[in-house]
Amino acid sequence: MTTPLSLSGLGLPRRNGELAFDAPWQSTVFALAAAVVEHAFGGNREPFRQELIKAIAAEPGRPYWESWTAALEALVLTLPEGSTP
Amino acid sequence: MSDSTHHPAPMSPVEQRVAALEALLTERGLVPDGFIEQVTHRYESQTGPMNGAKVVARAWADPEYKMRLLADGTAAIAELGFGGPEGDHMVVVENTSIVHNVIVCTLCSCYPWPVLGLPPAWYKDPPYRARMVREPRALLAEMGCFLTEEVEIRVWDSSAEVRYLVLPQRPPATEGMTEAELAALVTRDSMIGVARL
Repeated sequence: MTTPLSLSGLGLPRRNGELAFDAPWQSTVFALAAAVVEHAFGGNREPFRQELIKAIAAEPGRPYWESWTAALEALVLTLPEGSTP
Repeated sequence: MSDSTHHPAPMSPVEQRVAALEALLTERGLVPDGFIEQVTHRYESQTGPMNGAKVVARAWADPEYKMRLLADGTAAIAELGFGGPEGDHMVVVENTSIVHNVIVCTLCSCYPWPVLGLPPAWYKDPPYRARMVREPRALLAEMGCFLTEEVEIRVWDSSAEVRYLVLPQRPPATEGMTEAELAALVTRDSMIGVARL
C-alpha cells in the first residue's frame, strides 16, 4: 500500500471507517499539516506529532481539530523565515 | 470542500486561524495548487482496510503463525504484507477466557493504523483516554463489553515506539470456517479490545 502522506499514525478521527470531518476548516487544517510535514519536514511527522501531544496535553478537553490547529500554529513558528518572499 | 472563503456565515475564531495558516503556508510555497483537495480526497476514499482481521484469522487458523505473531508482532504482520514506517513496533496481546486486553493511547492517539486503518473518533476523546486507564471495567461495560469480575483486564498504553493489537478469542462454532470467513467475523472494536466476539 502506498502511503500518500505521513500523517496516518497520528490518530485521525474516523467514524466507522469514514474520515470524520465535521466542517470544511477541519479537512483544510488536516491537509495543511500534511503539506507542512511533506514540504517543510521532508515527510518526518515527528515534529508535528510532538506539537500535537503538547497541544492536547495543554487543553485536554479541547476539540481534537482545534488542538490540531494549535499544534500546527506552534510548528509553523519553528519554521525558518527563508521561503517568505 | 476546503473553499471556506465564500462562507455566508462569519468565520469562527478557529476558522479564521485556519484561514490565516492557509494564507501563510501558501505564501511560503508549502501548499501546491490543489493540494488540499487532493489530500482530503485521498483520505476520504482510503477506506479502513481492516488488515488486522486477516492477521487475526490467520492466527486462529494456523497455530504456528499465532506463536510467531505473539512472539514478534511486527515480523508476523509483515509476513502478510502489512506494515510500514508507522507500523512501528507491533505487539499483539491475546485475549483468553480469563484475560481481556484493551488498547489506549493516553498521550495523544497512537494507533496501529497499518492493521486497523484509522482510529474511531472516540479513541482519541479525552474521556476514553483517561477512563480506560482509571476504570476500564466500567467504561467497557458502558461501551457494551461486559466482563465478569473473574476476567482480568489489561490496559496497554500505545506510544510512538509500541503499538498494540488485541488478538480476540476465536468465537465458538467456527471450526469449519475458511480464513476469509473467519476474517469477516473480526471487528475493529474487538482488535482495540472494547468488544468481544
